[in-house]
Amino acid sequence: MLGFSTGFDRDLFDQFETMRRQMDDIFGDLSGPLGIRSVAAGSYPAINIGASPKQVDVYVFAAGVDPQCLDSSLQQNLLTVSGERQIELPEGAQAYRRERFNGRFKRVITLPEDVDPDKVNAAYHDGVLHICVQRKEELQPRRIEVK
Amino acid sequence: MANAKFKSKSIQKTEAAPVQRQTDQALFLRPTVDIYEDAGSITVKADLPGVSRDQLDIQVDGNTLTIEGKVTIDMPEGMESLYADVKATRFRRSFALSNELEMDKISAEMNNGELSLHLPKRAELQPHKIEISVN
Repeated sequence: MLGFSTGFDRDLFDQFETMRRQMDDIFGDLSGPLGIRSVAAGSYPAINIGASPKQVDVYVFAAGVDPQCLDSSLQQNLLTVSGERQIELPEGAQAYRRERFNGRFKRVITLPEDVDPDKVNAAYHDGVLHICVQRKEELQPRRIEVK
Repeated sequence: MANAKFKSKSIQKTEAAPVQRQTDQALFLRPTVDIYEDAGSITVKADLPGVSRDQLDIQVDGNTLTIEGKVTIDMPEGMESLYADVKATRFRRSFALSNELEMDKISAEMNNGELSLHLPKRAELQPHKIEISVN
């Protein structure tokens, strides 16, 4: 089977998912065109994005990265996360499996357009980089009182 | 960095177990691992991003080593998912151990979502060089 072994494969369910993606590749993606900056499934680091009326939360699942090697920047609504992970094998050791990502990575994510680039904070905790961007207040839905 | 907790229990065979396992499997993420061996031990390194020390469970059940961890990330109320690579909240992966490893001396360390497991070999089973005499 085609596909990549990095990231989070989930055995049985993942095989269906992989199959679905391969069908998409062959017959075209029914859910619409791919994002120009989207990456192949299973790329490191995995990313989750959530939105609430007040803020947009981005979770980058980058385990084992030195926080000083992590870099994130926001230009308008374009979020760039990059970093480097270095895995070194002790000298003389015999490796049986080397599945974990090793090297430099960079992901560019388009966030909703109403995010405020001045109100961002990021924290790295337990191998997850959490970037929280506030949305512009003037664009937040306002409740209209009915008199 | 800290030692993770360990649990050891005897194997219990139940009829329902295989079915349970199959349904469970779809809900688990399989962590990526590096495994390597040197003269005195085997090291397992697993990526468990989002798993804190107290949400990590490592069990040795007979000869099976199981790593399990729950992802805990704070999410604001009313959050809607826009995009998700990670669709489950639990990691799990098992390995069959071999007899020359000292089960009681396995140690674990968790650092930035990266688990390091150290599995030492029994001292008497560590390789020693055989001298070849040349006549």
